[in-house]
Amino acid sequence: MQLYLPIADIPVNVFLILAMGAAVGFVSGMFGIGGGFLMTPLLIFVGIAPAVAVASVASHIAASSFSGAISYWRRRAIDPLLAAVLLVGGTIGTALGVWTFTFLRSLGQLDLMIALSYVILLTTVGGLMFWEGLRAMLRSRRGGPVTLRKPGSHGWIHGLPLKLRFKRSKIYLSVIPVVVVGLVIGFIGAVMGIGGGFILVPLMIYVLRVPTSTVIGTSMVLTLVTMVFATMLHAVTNHLVDAVLALILMIGGVTGAQFGARAGQKIRGEHLRLLLGLLVLAVGVRFAVELVIRPQDLFSIRETGGAPP
Amino acid sequence: MRLRAVLAIIGLVAASLMAAPARAERLIVSVSNHRVTVTPNYSGGELVLFGSVEKDDKTPSNRGNYDLVVTVAGPRADMVTRRKERKFGIWINTDSRQFLQVPGYLALFSNRPFDQIASPEVQRRQQLGLNNVLLMQRVGPDFADVVPNDPFRSAFVRLRSEHGLYREATSAVTFLTPTLFRTGIPLPAEVPIGTYNVEIKLFSDGALVTKTETAFEIVKVGFEQFVATTARQNGLVYGLVTAFMALMTGWMASIVFRKD
Repeated sequence: MQLYLPIADIPVNVFLILAMGAAVGFVSGMFGIGGGFLMTPLLIFVGIAPAVAVASVASHIAASSFSGAISYWRRRAIDPLLAAVLLVGGTIGTALGVWTFTFLRSLGQLDLMIALSYVILLTTVGGLMFWEGLRAMLRSRRGGPVTLRKPGSHGWIHGLPLKLRFKRSKIYLSVIPVVVVGLVIGFIGAVMGIGGGFILVPLMIYVLRVPTSTVIGTSMVLTLVTMVFATMLHAVTNHLVDAVLALILMIGGVTGAQFGARAGQKIRGEHLRLLLGLLVLAVGVRFAVELVIRPQDLFSIRETGGAPP
Repeated sequence: MRLRAVLAIIGLVAASLMAAPARAERLIVSVSNHRVTVTPNYSGGELVLFGSVEKDDKTPSNRGNYDLVVTVAGPRADMVTRRKERKFGIWINTDSRQFLQVPGYLALFSNRPFDQIASPEVQRRQQLGLNNVLLMQRVGPDFADVVPNDPFRSAFVRLRSEHGLYREATSAVTFLTPTLFRTGIPLPAEVPIGTYNVEIKLFSDGALVTKTETAFEIVKVGFEQFVATTARQNGLVYGLVTAFMALMTGWMASIVFRKD
């Protein structure tokens, strides 16, 4: 069934978009990530303009992370205080990111910067996650204890001042690294047009040592708030949010996310990280290949100005 | 708007001044639909242009075959064509060329190949064929069109043609009788919204005899129109509604799929 998208100005197959939303939703529910780094390239591949894709995906991620956040809230798997402190950094980071985005665009080569940062970020994060998951899996094979939180091991991060007790997560931590993590995610999200969940989750696990029970739910709250802001920002400044496209993506996305969340609970934590690492790595490698291989067409056209005055 | 009206009047006066003495034929044309509406299930379509050549007593009796060239130009916009080059092992955009106020849709139809209709000089002057249509570009400090085989220009035309947005067909115009003609105007699904100008030029023995113009518009209606104008005019409200819609969808899903 074909449907004409009012902002993207092209007709699309509704079932294809629904299926894409469901597939990405499944992945996002399973790993507790927004899935923007998968959805945006998929939409561009279908023929939707990159700017419209990025803007519309923001609202899609907002929907799927909200439905995820509700179910995690019911299971008391969200740390409200931790989420609030992260949001402080996230807001500042987003503002800085938007400013950087505008600056990079004035220099030209924004596309290249985005592609390069995708490659560097995704391959590094994916590789690390994959490696860590593999090691944890081998350790459990050998019968050793699978713990991410080594009791008694306190890094320099835990020596910082301004300590706060995050009751739900059962950690006692300085607010400085939490705000910095939020800032980094907000910045990356604004520059690259992604929710940043796939970076936030490992950062929270490995740097902040947040227990896995509250990691995913709390990261979803941060993703939800930043993506709602991003939707508003895109709608007000660029008028590029396609509500019809977003709605189709959301319906597919939230449905997929429910099944993904259930599947995620059945899989062991280290397997989950291994799988997510592989997925992130694959997308990063795909971007890298695109940069290295000679493109099919060396030329590209982009509309820069509207109708004559 | 006022400027446009003045220009139109100047154009009309100029056209009547130029055409008056030599006028012997008149073109009467019409398109099958002056207002194409884009609905939710729009997936492209085709308009039909038909018309006839009206002769009068001044028409030379020995006038031979008529040739007809139809040019359809959609709404204009600035576009940039970029070229990738390999630098430091990766392919990046290096050069670019700006195309100024070029049509978003451009179609040229005729009843036989352009080089059989008129001499290269006339083809160039009358902008017959995609190679001769004026595509204004910013070349350094100048504004000009370049030779047809310029890499940027040919890539631009080729890419637009791949999407069905630029096209050239030298057998698309059919003469049903020696003076009655018709041609189809195919509109692909991703056709830009706006006003389309159709210029019909009549040639005989390699020279322009007369020309006329008509237009049609492609508009969004109903829900599409509503969404598009709201997004443009009330960005804040639109954003709020979209964000609210996202939250509602997420909330609904968590209720529908609630296990306990």
